[in-house]
Amino acid sequence: MSSAVAEQVRAVAGRSVTRTLRQPASAIPPLIFPMMLLAVNSAGLKASTQLPGFPTDSFLAFALAVPFIQGALFSTMNAGTDLARDIQTGFLNRLSLTSLRGSALLTGQLAGIVTLGLMQAVFYTAVGLLVGVRFASGPAGVLVLFVFAALVSLGFGALGSFLALRTGSGESIQGIFPLLFVFLFISSMNAPRDLIAVRWFRIAATLNPVSYLIECVRSLIITGWDAQALALGFGVAIAIATVSLVLATRALRRRMVR
Amino acid sequence: MDADNSIVVEGLVREFKTLRAVDGIDLRVEPGEIYGFLGPNGAGKSTTVLMLTTLLPPSAGTARVAGYDVVRDGPKVRAAIGAALQEAALDPLLTGRDHLRLQATLQGLPRGERQSRTVELLDRVGLSDAADRKVKGYSGGMKRRLDLALALVHRPRIIFLDEPTTGLDIQSRTALWGEVARLAREDGVTIFLTTQYLEEADVLADRVGIIDHGHIVAEGTPDALKDEIGRPSVHATPLSEADSDRVAAVLAEFGEPVAGATRDIAVRLRDGNAGLAEVVRALDAQSLTVADLELKQPTLDDVFLAKTGRSLEGDDDGENEETAPARGRRR
Repeated sequence: MSSAVAEQVRAVAGRSVTRTLRQPASAIPPLIFPMMLLAVNSAGLKASTQLPGFPTDSFLAFALAVPFIQGALFSTMNAGTDLARDIQTGFLNRLSLTSLRGSALLTGQLAGIVTLGLMQAVFYTAVGLLVGVRFASGPAGVLVLFVFAALVSLGFGALGSFLALRTGSGESIQGIFPLLFVFLFISSMNAPRDLIAVRWFRIAATLNPVSYLIECVRSLIITGWDAQALALGFGVAIAIATVSLVLATRALRRRMVR
Repeated sequence: MDADNSIVVEGLVREFKTLRAVDGIDLRVEPGEIYGFLGPNGAGKSTTVLMLTTLLPPSAGTARVAGYDVVRDGPKVRAAIGAALQEAALDPLLTGRDHLRLQATLQGLPRGERQSRTVELLDRVGLSDAADRKVKGYSGGMKRRLDLALALVHRPRIIFLDEPTTGLDIQSRTALWGEVARLAREDGVTIFLTTQYLEEADVLADRVGIIDHGHIVAEGTPDALKDEIGRPSVHATPLSEADSDRVAAVLAEFGEPVAGATRDIAVRLRDGNAGLAEVVRALDAQSLTVADLELKQPTLDDVFLAKTGRSLEGDDDGENEETAPARGRRR
């Protein structure tokens, strides 16, 4: 990457982060809502740890994986609505009239989202440590967790960008957001897949890629170094990021016909 | 370095499904000229600007801006031009200074120059005091001035201003006119200005092109266009409505009727300004009293009326229909 393009990427990423931090309504929900869900689930489902085969005696440690993915879903909405707003207001046209390359625009936008995703991951980790969760994989595992969170934010951010570029509408992105949450709720977020008694739910959770993202984070927190969980989690995250980036790049190329 | 600051358009067409928004226009803007592109909402002004700024590919025809083809040489065209499009496209969460810094970086200004250029432009458009306020707190006039400053960051040779003063109060409008005129007169920048305001075109433009339904229906200097219409009109307001027919009959002896205000009776004088005295004498001879008698010189609206059969002032079609496909999806 040439220094000029790197500067453009930094400038676009800086704008992305600045505008999110200046907008409490965008910055706070990804921090607060996952913590609220964590508190409610930890209190209500604590008894699950008594089930034979449950992998830990701390439901809080078990459920702490969920905010990382839930926060990344917020990345989808933030990235999408920001870009859609730029399209609607003509700001994308303004950027198109500069020497900014399409790849630099997308990279910068996503760099901003990844930065915010990392800030969220640090926050969730800090809250986990404060309430007594001990990371079985140790400090190195926390670092891997941050890398994974960045990768998941990149994938979901690219997905949001793709949706924005295709629809050009922030309202459409917000309409799709609840659908993405369905994926979260039909995953293994509240119980290990082998302990889900309802057959269709177990099959749905097994087919649902979000399960593997959660299980990757969970393994680092409660298991330690689980090669299979890490491979599946990173594999799914890389696949989501690759497909989303290809789609977003194509959509941007069409949008920035000039 | 190619210093061609002209705009040359030949047979430019843009179609949106069933709508032919721009229908084979030809025009030429000379270096350093202010070219006023005048027309009602939906006439094709903004679509033309989007094509000339490389944001919308033409369906047919060619356009060369700064010596470069808008389709083949997009990056070179964009390096030579600045544009303030129809809506001030600003990020409400960024400050004026943030915008200028971002624009300076994306336009590739050397790092050492960005700060000084930002300060210089903020001062030039009178936004130094508001530089660190978020744009969402700016007035319409301040947003337009920032928009203009952003278009100037990389010292473009040609500037496109798409209805830059729409919605502004008189004071803001006059200030912007001053800056636009200065750019052309002192810096030699070529300016392509679209407007629906006759006065704006009259005051600023060296030449005016009038577009209607995608066609250029008239082109020339404002004075030359008005001279084409040639003769002034006299507008009489009878003191009593009962005298309207008699006043109209008297006036009809001096020229052909034209549209006037509600109670006006107006004719375009066959003998030019000299006919006014005769009109007064004829009304006096008939013992007709008028509340108001006014001699009006031809305006660009008269030109538009003569060319299209419609008045430009008060026209309110939907420009959005014209530009929506371009904003929604540029293909």
